[in-house]
Amino acid sequence: MAAELEDTNRRDFLVLTANAFAAVGAASLIWPFVHQMNPDAGAQALASIEVDLAPVKEGQAITVMWRGKPVFIRNRTKDEVAAAQKVPVSELPDAEPDAKRVKAGKENWLVTVGICTHLGCIPKGQALADTKGEFGGWFCPCHGSHYDTSGRIRKGPAPRNLEVPPYEFVSDTKIKIG
Amino acid sequence: MRNTVRGALVAVALVLAPAAALAAGGEHIHYDRQQWSFGGFSGQYDKAQLQRGFQVYKEVCANCHGMKRLSFRNLVQPGGPEFPAEAVKALAAGWSNKIVDGPNDEGKMFERAPLLSDPILGPFKNENEARYANNGAYPLDLSLVAKARTIEPTAPWYTHIFLMLRDIATGYQEAGPDYLYGLLTGYVDPPKGFQLADGMNYNSHFPGHQIAMAPPLAKDNFIKYQDGTGSLEQNAKDVSAFLAWAADPSLNARKRIGWQVMLYLIVTTLLLYLAKRRIWARVAH
Amino acid sequence: MSNHVSTYKPQSNIAKWFDERLPIMRLVHDSFVDFPTPRNLNYLWTFGGILTFCLVAQLVSGIVLAMHYQPSAADAFNSIERIRRDVNYGWMIRNFHAVGASMFFIAVYIHIFRGLYYGSYKAPREILWILGVFIFLAMMATAFMGYALPWGQMSFWGVTVITNLFSSLDSVIPGVGTAIVTWLWGGYSVSGTTLNRFFSLHYLLPFVITGLVILHVWALHVVGQNNPTGLDLRLKSDSVPMAPYAVMKDAVGMFAFLILFAWFVFFLPDYLGHADNYTEANPLVTPPHIVPEWYFLPFYAILRAIPDKLGGVIAMFGAIVVLLFIPWLDTSRVRSTKYRPIYKWFFWLFAFSCLALGYLGAKPADGVYVFWARVFTFYYFAHFLLVMPIVGLIETPKQLPRSITEDVLGPGGGIPEGAAAAPEKR
Repeated sequence: MAAELEDTNRRDFLVLTANAFAAVGAASLIWPFVHQMNPDAGAQALASIEVDLAPVKEGQAITVMWRGKPVFIRNRTKDEVAAAQKVPVSELPDAEPDAKRVKAGKENWLVTVGICTHLGCIPKGQALADTKGEFGGWFCPCHGSHYDTSGRIRKGPAPRNLEVPPYEFVSDTKIKIG
Repeated sequence: MRNTVRGALVAVALVLAPAAALAAGGEHIHYDRQQWSFGGFSGQYDKAQLQRGFQVYKEVCANCHGMKRLSFRNLVQPGGPEFPAEAVKALAAGWSNKIVDGPNDEGKMFERAPLLSDPILGPFKNENEARYANNGAYPLDLSLVAKARTIEPTAPWYTHIFLMLRDIATGYQEAGPDYLYGLLTGYVDPPKGFQLADGMNYNSHFPGHQIAMAPPLAKDNFIKYQDGTGSLEQNAKDVSAFLAWAADPSLNARKRIGWQVMLYLIVTTLLLYLAKRRIWARVAH
Repeated sequence: MSNHVSTYKPQSNIAKWFDERLPIMRLVHDSFVDFPTPRNLNYLWTFGGILTFCLVAQLVSGIVLAMHYQPSAADAFNSIERIRRDVNYGWMIRNFHAVGASMFFIAVYIHIFRGLYYGSYKAPREILWILGVFIFLAMMATAFMGYALPWGQMSFWGVTVITNLFSSLDSVIPGVGTAIVTWLWGGYSVSGTTLNRFFSLHYLLPFVITGLVILHVWALHVVGQNNPTGLDLRLKSDSVPMAPYAVMKDAVGMFAFLILFAWFVFFLPDYLGHADNYTEANPLVTPPHIVPEWYFLPFYAILRAIPDKLGGVIAMFGAIVVLLFIPWLDTSRVRSTKYRPIYKWFFWLFAFSCLALGYLGAKPADGVYVFWARVFTFYYFAHFLLVMPIVGLIETPKQLPRSITEDVLGPGGGIPEGAAAAPEKR
């Protein structure tokens, strides 16, 4: 009897181990099939772009595509910078000082994602002839959000300021976004 | 004695008849099998060799052949030549074959220097232009040439099944590089009486023996590497390895993971078999 | 579904509630857990499970590949290169799928030959066998269209040659063949239009195969498995419950098969393919030798053995259609070739013929090769149309054991009649 019980235990352990090995293999097979849906090497290669700022004169703005989204790059005039810095932060629906949205020593350059934080339209204000809204920045025609010269929401239904993407100056006149 | 001789002759005829049938259907060229660092179950690419091979490609082959299925960033990623990113960025920026981009704000297409994410283009925009510039011959894109070429066995037909089993047992997948090496070192003088057509070159390893491509490498015309070494054979070997990588960049990961998977499967099969016997022990047999 | 009384007992209140509304657990229990399985099955009987695994593997890997594949003439080849180079683990999933097709056919051929050897097609398993032939046909159609998708030289020219075969019908009714070919192509030659529709059908057919497999397993469970003796289940001791006995054996067979699968996926991924398919399709350049994938080679040899185009097509399709009639062509009174001393020789001759036809299918269609292809094609049909009817009538089978139990334990060995193998206590 004792031998039989021992036998059962040993058999079960072996069976258990074998089944566990099989199950682990089956489970580890899942990861490649899940991971293949993540961005492939081609998409990852385009995850960051370099932009040459030399051709953008003071007061001018360009739009570049980054990760499928428009990015507004504006070379702000001294007046525009001053206006942005003067605004009391507490008055802002999404409180954020201008200094946090630009790079030190390069305050004239504003880089924001050009997608309204309300429902995703692309605000107007890049072209010279565009209306810039009541605060001199951008105006979203879909539901009337107004952004200031720092890309911050001042009036209208948008909840947050225009997103500042991760970027850095790789040289005096070149930035790398992403 | 006479019967033995007759018997031997019949045996020889039986052996040669199928081989002759084979020859009648088209000559099979013999290619020597080379030693490749990436051959067999534990093979991996030799990074230094791939870098030398790329140098040969860049200085010799790239004058006519593109590699449009490779991007410059592939030269940086692990499992390949693994050049430093800054060096490749500079190489790409200076690459003479530009990328067509646009339309710009004026509505025109324009050319720009390649980025890391751009393909490694050859000098011709399309196949027609390539043929036009090469008397109708097409310097093909080299991205997949190492996988698009193979070697037929030259041994008698009844040995084929054993050759197949040998190749499966040893994991032989280097027929492409073996062919390329044979081709690049095969520019020899034609045998006496061989009729070479106009503009063609004799190559002992090219099917039909007449190839439009002039010898890209020669005994007195090859790439010398930075450390002073270099020769026709070494160039041919290195560029064939580089082309093998270009056609199959995932080989390093594939063989490494393959070992792990095989080990796991063998162990688990064994465990399952023992468990099966344990369970079946309850049933008399 | 099967003929034995259900022994399923729901273990919890929830299980009972569910069982009264949708008795799926009962179905699984009766068909795959407590199902009486002959105790003498050898490892050849694990290939049903292996084939199910292959089907699931191809479905899953195929659906994932379809997330990245572009079915247009301009982009197909490049999209597969992107999968091989850029998609995370794309090279592995693509290898699974390409090697998986070959593994599927290796398994199905072993499965078919098992059925032929042990007489698994004989009454009452005729419908089971016929469903199997339909599954085989659907597999071949799926594989043929799947091979077109990479849009390499072999893809393009293989499709051109095989679809062109239908034009042979012109010699029966003028114009019909050409009309059918144009309809298949969607144009006046094989083009991206053809590729696009092949992709759609290639995605569809595996689900048709799944439906046929469900019917196939259903038909199997109504009559029960065959076994190496060919005898019916009679005594209680003849069988063991499917779980855990047969299930465990299936697991061993499956993992052993995976070793072969992995061998090719990781170390020889392109061995079973053709180098020419790494060259993009070019309608202006015909490859020197157009060869289908290895699993089609025997039928390709039969096609080319007949000098007449229509005759070759009829012979090629006939080679598969004849399989449907085997349950009635074979006149033997016993099922299993184990007990058929004369037929055994013919069986192995048939197996050798199939291998020979496979070898010849890869060779150029001239000279000594065509001669031997004709010889073996003749034998292929003679085996079904002459050997099977005649040998069954004139042969004296060897003495069959009295029961499966006797075959396993010897006469009067071990367990008294009526005793069952100790059922597992759960």
